[in-house]
Amino acid sequence: MAVFSRGFGARRRESDPRLPPGQYITEDFPVLSAGPTPRIDTAEWSFDIRSESGAVTSWSWDQFMALPIEDVATDIHCVTRWSKLGTSWRGVSIDTLLEHVDSDADYSMVHSYGGYTTNVPMEDLRDGRAWVAFEFDGEPLDPEHGGPARLLVPHLYFWKSAKWVRGLTLMGDDAPGFWEQNGYNMHGDPWTEERYW
Amino acid sequence: MIVGDWRAARVVDVSDATATARVLRVTVPGWPGSDPGQHVDIRLTAEDGYQAVRSYSLGSYGADDTIELAVDEIPEGEVSPYLVRDVRPGDELEVKGPLGGYFVWRAGGVDPVQLIAGGSGIVPLMAMARARTDAATGAPFRLLYSVRTGGDAIYRDELGMLSESGGVAVTWAYTRAAPPGWDGRVGRLDRAGIEAAIWSTDRMPAVYVCGPTGFVEHVADTLVELGHDARRIKTERFGGA
Repeated sequence: MAVFSRGFGARRRESDPRLPPGQYITEDFPVLSAGPTPRIDTAEWSFDIRSESGAVTSWSWDQFMALPIEDVATDIHCVTRWSKLGTSWRGVSIDTLLEHVDSDADYSMVHSYGGYTTNVPMEDLRDGRAWVAFEFDGEPLDPEHGGPARLLVPHLYFWKSAKWVRGLTLMGDDAPGFWEQNGYNMHGDPWTEERYW
Repeated sequence: MIVGDWRAARVVDVSDATATARVLRVTVPGWPGSDPGQHVDIRLTAEDGYQAVRSYSLGSYGADDTIELAVDEIPEGEVSPYLVRDVRPGDELEVKGPLGGYFVWRAGGVDPVQLIAGGSGIVPLMAMARARTDAATGAPFRLLYSVRTGGDAIYRDELGMLSESGGVAVTWAYTRAAPPGWDGRVGRLDRAGIEAAIWSTDRMPAVYVCGPTGFVEHVADTLVELGHDARRIKTERFGGA
């Protein structure tokens, strides 16, 4: 049974079919992270994929930038309930990276500079659903938004789109990452409100 | 962390904290208790069924089923103007939580703790300061609280008492205007001001920083520059509306 809050609703926000349940539209770009912002020089940056066999495939920044680059226009949704519609990014598709990796893994752990981790099933990373992004709105990605590069998995809550990404560890079994150990859902689908445990 | 389902709750007390913020006390039957620093989701439902949910930090902690929120009004917001201007004792809303298992402090440790708040970022840190004061012994606490003016400080009187009683050493920083009699600097917290107010790096404090994004970015960057271990700095940024 719903509880009604007397007098509430006068300032209700617009609704939009692009908004998942419980979200509201924001025009700015909030920053949420658990600690200080790491500052990573692209000369020091690398992206590593470790498969379940232990084999590591690695790209330097220059090697990474030589891969096919895609433009991505998408909506993004934060578990703290803001959504941002029609954002534009540039990055390398995870499909492109996985072409170089021999793996049958079903899960991945995403690792970031600074120690952050988050788990994402491989089916959410494949088939044009995820990128390593290095530009936002035509500009290099700011450090506070994860620059030089962040994961972009726009169909999941944005804590899965790990900032300052440095690589993936591919796994046969699922395991919780940082926020998942601290109370957030193992999957994070905004449309079914997979927010918490 | 405990989440649970939505719980019906009733506002039992409201009081003005600043010109733009109010402290709400809300009784939540069945409330499972919370750790200092956790937050809740608040759900409001209009008479026609329209709903909105926002997260708010808890200024309270522990098992008491009356929890405390301090809400600062975001003028163009949808929920905070209602909570700051319209809500009165007896009104109903729903609460889910407590939420968050990371930005918390639990009594028992002896490591020095440094709290650094900007504006309404004081709320979860207040829960930690209260928990430390109630525990009476253990970790030494310092709080650095940056506000625009003296009148913008939430929990101003209680923080004054905590500081005088020696439980938590409070340092104020004023960015726009200081209260009468203040002989310190006025302006954005700078590196020297932060360094002078907080535990030194050799004490290896656990640091909690909470406030608006720009404040937290600036303070956390400065702490790292000063040599504090990034792994011991926990941040919570206010990003939404």
